[in-house]
Amino acid sequence: MFSFIRTAASGPLARRLMGATAGLALSLSAISGASAQDTIKVGILHSLSGTMAISETTLKDVMLMLIDEQNKKGGLLGKKLEAVVVDPASNWPLFAEKARELISKDKVSVVFGCWTSVSRKSVLPVFKELDSILFYPVQYEGEESERNVFYTGAAPNQQAIPAVDYLMSKDGGSVKRWVLAGTDYVYPRTTNKILEAYLKAKGVKEEDIMINYTPFGHSDWQTIVSDIKKFGSAGKKTAVVSTINGDANVPFYKELANQGLKATDIPVVAFSVGEEELAGLDTKPLVGHLAAWNYFESIKNPANAAFIKSWKEFTKNPKRTTNDPMEAHYIGFNMWVKAVEKAKSVEPDKVIAALPGIETPNLTGGTSKMLANHHITKPVFVGEIRGDGQFDVVWKSKGLVSGDAWSDFLPGSKDLEADWVTLKCGNYNKVAKKCGGQAS
Amino acid sequence: MPPPDFLLRYFRKVLAGACAMICTRLTLTRWLFGLLAAYVAAAALLIAMPHARAQSLDAALAHFTEDSFDDTDQGIQAVVASGSPRASAIIQALSDGRLAYDGDKKKIYIKTDAQVLDAETGQPVTPAPDNLDTVRLNNRLRQAVAAALGGLTLMSPDRAARLSAAQAVFKSRDEKVLPVVEAALAKEADAGIKTILAQTRAAILLGSDEATEPQKVEAVAAIAARGDQDALRILNDISADAPPAVTKAAQSAIKSIQNQLALWSAVQNAWYGLSLGSVLLLAAIGLAITFGVMGVINMAHGEMVMIGAYVTFAVQEMIRAYNPGLFDYSLAIALPLAFLVSALVGILIERTVIRFLYGRPLETLLATWGISLILQQAVRSLFGPTNREVGNPSWMSGAFELGGITITYNRLWIVVFTIAVFVALLGMLRFTRLGLEVRAVTQNRAMAASMGIRTARIDALTFGLGSGIAGIAGVALSQIDNVSPNLGQGYIIDSFMVVVFGGVGNLWGTLVGALTLGIANKFLEPYAGAVLAKIAILVFIILFIQKKPRGMFALKGRAVEA
Amino acid sequence: MITAAFVRSLDRGGMIFLIVLAAFAFAVPFFNLAFPPGSPLHLPTYLVALFGKYVCYALLALSIDLVWGYCGILSLGHGAFFALGGYAMGMYLMRQIGARGVYANPVLPDFMVFLNWKELPFFWYGFQSFPYALLMIVLVPGVLAFVFGWFAFRSRVTGVYLSIITQAMTYALLLAFFRNDFGFGGNNGLTDFKDILGFNVQAQGTRAALFVLSCVALAAGFLLCRAIVSSKFGKVLVAIRDAESRTRFLGYRVENYKLFVWTFSACMAGVAGALYVPQVGIINPSEFAPANSIEAVIWVAVGGRGTLTGAVLGAFLVNYAKTFFTSGMLAPYWLFVLGALFVGTTLLLPRGIVGTLSHWRIARTERKTAAAAEDSVAWAVPRAAE
Repeated sequence: MFSFIRTAASGPLARRLMGATAGLALSLSAISGASAQDTIKVGILHSLSGTMAISETTLKDVMLMLIDEQNKKGGLLGKKLEAVVVDPASNWPLFAEKARELISKDKVSVVFGCWTSVSRKSVLPVFKELDSILFYPVQYEGEESERNVFYTGAAPNQQAIPAVDYLMSKDGGSVKRWVLAGTDYVYPRTTNKILEAYLKAKGVKEEDIMINYTPFGHSDWQTIVSDIKKFGSAGKKTAVVSTINGDANVPFYKELANQGLKATDIPVVAFSVGEEELAGLDTKPLVGHLAAWNYFESIKNPANAAFIKSWKEFTKNPKRTTNDPMEAHYIGFNMWVKAVEKAKSVEPDKVIAALPGIETPNLTGGTSKMLANHHITKPVFVGEIRGDGQFDVVWKSKGLVSGDAWSDFLPGSKDLEADWVTLKCGNYNKVAKKCGGQAS
Repeated sequence: MPPPDFLLRYFRKVLAGACAMICTRLTLTRWLFGLLAAYVAAAALLIAMPHARAQSLDAALAHFTEDSFDDTDQGIQAVVASGSPRASAIIQALSDGRLAYDGDKKKIYIKTDAQVLDAETGQPVTPAPDNLDTVRLNNRLRQAVAAALGGLTLMSPDRAARLSAAQAVFKSRDEKVLPVVEAALAKEADAGIKTILAQTRAAILLGSDEATEPQKVEAVAAIAARGDQDALRILNDISADAPPAVTKAAQSAIKSIQNQLALWSAVQNAWYGLSLGSVLLLAAIGLAITFGVMGVINMAHGEMVMIGAYVTFAVQEMIRAYNPGLFDYSLAIALPLAFLVSALVGILIERTVIRFLYGRPLETLLATWGISLILQQAVRSLFGPTNREVGNPSWMSGAFELGGITITYNRLWIVVFTIAVFVALLGMLRFTRLGLEVRAVTQNRAMAASMGIRTARIDALTFGLGSGIAGIAGVALSQIDNVSPNLGQGYIIDSFMVVVFGGVGNLWGTLVGALTLGIANKFLEPYAGAVLAKIAILVFIILFIQKKPRGMFALKGRAVEA
Repeated sequence: MITAAFVRSLDRGGMIFLIVLAAFAFAVPFFNLAFPPGSPLHLPTYLVALFGKYVCYALLALSIDLVWGYCGILSLGHGAFFALGGYAMGMYLMRQIGARGVYANPVLPDFMVFLNWKELPFFWYGFQSFPYALLMIVLVPGVLAFVFGWFAFRSRVTGVYLSIITQAMTYALLLAFFRNDFGFGGNNGLTDFKDILGFNVQAQGTRAALFVLSCVALAAGFLLCRAIVSSKFGKVLVAIRDAESRTRFLGYRVENYKLFVWTFSACMAGVAGALYVPQVGIINPSEFAPANSIEAVIWVAVGGRGTLTGAVLGAFLVNYAKTFFTSGMLAPYWLFVLGALFVGTTLLLPRGIVGTLSHWRIARTERKTAAAAEDSVAWAVPRAAE
């Protein structure tokens, strides 16, 4: 078609450049040498830049504080703990790369990290392959139980279902009509699927449920808020169950407040809005809207007071708030410490075996326990937003609720069970009586 | 054997009703039923007595010390029933979260800014007790409080208080307040409040079992006259076993309201579109200068917006700390500061980086992208990665109703503000010396220079102007969006779309572009949902650019092929 | 004859590049596999995965350099082609999981099971077959690029306008792929891959093989690009870059030249994405993010556009810097470093590293021989990049 003509171009120069590339490769392999083992290394895998930095930076700080405190108490197994901080920059493939680096290069004994579901999914294969431990501190959609992962955040049955139960009660306003509004990703999708099935099981009709999804960082809520208003004008008491993610919440609540949608008319119960998110808002017009969590900063308790005090001292900021995922890291870290002490080793296999059954006090006055399905027991609280950006607990569960890896309200998972102690399986099928998913 | 719970509750209600006899008009049937029930469950009455004796304010207040929502609820009813002149002050304090209790002494106090009052007497308590807990409310109680307060203040001499009371009782539709409403209705002189009261009466009658059929049909008409979503809610709430005449009237009223609302919803979409369009315009207008006029692909534009928002935050923080009274003026103070700070940052960037890159637009993209990363991280280091609170001043909070649509003040002011900025900018470019020089330099740099214009200075000032406008956009956007280091990122792509769609180098193009995209988006959203609407808009822009490769209002002439 | 053409198109720089690449492709798996862990000569497996990722990025950078450096089309949406290729590979890998997913559904991927999807959407058909997936890896980005380019180049959308609409394209795809209803796993994307062509994707050997394969793809891509740019066709491309209207007036069908090189480049990006996915283990919509595409452009700018070897070098350098600075004590400040790198490169090295070095060398030769070297034209930065 067309002829190729030889062009003159540089020679020796490119050679030098290629030499540089080769040198780079060598220097990279040089830094990967084994490191000294006189400390126990703890990996911290939270985004410090990019879109998720807003939530995750706090968790990095709380881990640094916990490690610091443990070292003041004399460390662990006679060794000091050493934090290894990396920045996966809200970039999911980078999460996998950094997880690999932490485990292979830095030889950390355990990793505390991730926030979004996708970041957890991205690092999962790495933890399985290299056989290490991940503590995941955020409420999530469930439908997972892995040998190498310990889930210290809430499963849907520890947050979503109790909150809906509360709204259906007399105190919650005997809600009959539901708006399930969420950001379009897996946690809201799954939670809403579960809630939809649950509500229908409770006799709520199809036409009394409205489901709405918005993209990440959605900032123009005018249409949706007025749709909610319209939906709420059908006569029955209406509530919004919000699984709207972090960033989009501030404009959402601002629009709610400005359009005059009061909590007494249409309450909004949120699963992703905590003290940290409210810090960016004037909460006076939002008083009475709800959130369901396993921890609130306002809960009065000596352990919590001490935690808040040391957190404020550690960050040197008297205005810093605490929140639920921070408590999850607190519990997770203490559980890991106890398990290491019990196993007398930081060897992942031994620690994984030692963790189920470990009990540590949480910050709300109870004792959380690591279950065989690698989830933990937690109390559930429903709080109302106060004028000062804190929450007022209006309902709490009787005792602790066990985290359920597989929801009973999803057709795909109702027969599944996770048990890493006796069954040694994350997805045991109770009907087929075998490990590995569906009966077929 | 203790009597069933519902019986107890019923007795309390009946007795509380009896206490409020002076202003209560219970029907005969109710009386009879009450008496009958009283005989049947005499034992129950005895057990219920301690609670039921809640006539006196003292006993009523005791309910508030229990820290249980059910007790607080009884307390509210009992305080209202007591008929005490202190009742409205107590309920008001409860509603404001100023009602406090001492769990040990079982005493109730009202906290004010300066002192603590005894709730029962209204006298200051000295020394002020220290271990006080606030009486807590939940949503159910908040409704009860609003209704109670409404009932208590319906006769207030203050018009505004009566109006909000009337609105509160309308919302609560509590059958107990019907007598009060009717009494107030008879006395009310203000036409607006009178209408609301009449509607309240109608709404209560519709929900009541005792109202007669003609009364209800009349009530339907009164409610239907409202023609809004509240009316729809009340009419939808009429039970199916109501008399056929009532349901029929309700059905036709619902239908006509729905038709009306459908019309209004088109108006509403247009308004939402206008409001979204003005946000887009505000975000893009600075870019229309730096990118459109100067040809710099300014990826750090979003960060200029972010800087403006953080200036607003800093100003508000200072005001909160030193002079809270100025809070309503915070935005006015922040505006010039945001302009100055962003403009200075812009000039700094222009002088240190961009001036070396003129004529190479695509390289400005790379350099400004790097600058945007640096600025983001700098703000993250300075202010922390979390959201910062920027409050709405009172004149930007809330909403008003215009026909069938709700217009929020902050959106309205942003629209007004955007128009003002646009007009000012247009005027500046057209009528000032700086504007003349800017136009001269962008049209023909060499010629302008030979006419004695210091082009380097103009470049710096133009870039500063564009950045400064982005900064004041940040002041406005801080009112509706997150103030976080990621703020700018959310607007940068949309801003480029607006400028390119409208036509580079033309402010009018940017205006029309922003409004078109905003309105199109809002009309699509109800059908397609937020995500698909946005995708559709993007695809539309791609296709539109094929048709008009230089945007809607393309520059003509030799400059194009430069 | 074709081989001869390839060989002839190679200059000394290209030869050296290929030799270094070959050495790299050999050395990395060799030091990884031949020595047991613990041996001082052992190269850890995580570095194999990391280098594999860099090589894929280098291939993407190469594809951008071809259209930007030689034809003046600045694409801010090449990440979209990369991601589409990645999704095609991801879909194949998903289908390979079969009944080993957590719900053990033999046909449906896990994310469809828990969203209660009953059957596989039609666009997932065929992806269980590797040849079909291979075809799609090239075809999907290629067709999208062809359609997009066919419209854009015919309408003579150029310069900044073109850049912005490529950004609009990738942004629209980002939003679309985020939607769970779209059937590509929403935000979580595709992950938890088990095996490729029957080999476990996490096995050391598979990783090494994928790495070598990526190097081969990079070498092939380089050869093809080299062949294109050193041909007469390539000269026309450069002419279009430097003076599009003049080239058109000379009688060349500018839009066809552009369309060909644009589509070719998109296919290359697709291949890069397909090799990337099994090595990093996840593909999700964030690959469509405009920021990713801009970053890829920056690799090329850092290395030197219009040099091919520079694009590869830039991809390696910037990504290595990212890896290096996101760990350890510098982690909170790495954006400063990255930002400064971009600003510094544009200001101080407008031709990029390779471009500057060769420009400097040519200038020296020129001074020495005092002859007007026509070559310098080839190295000059396009006067107006539009």
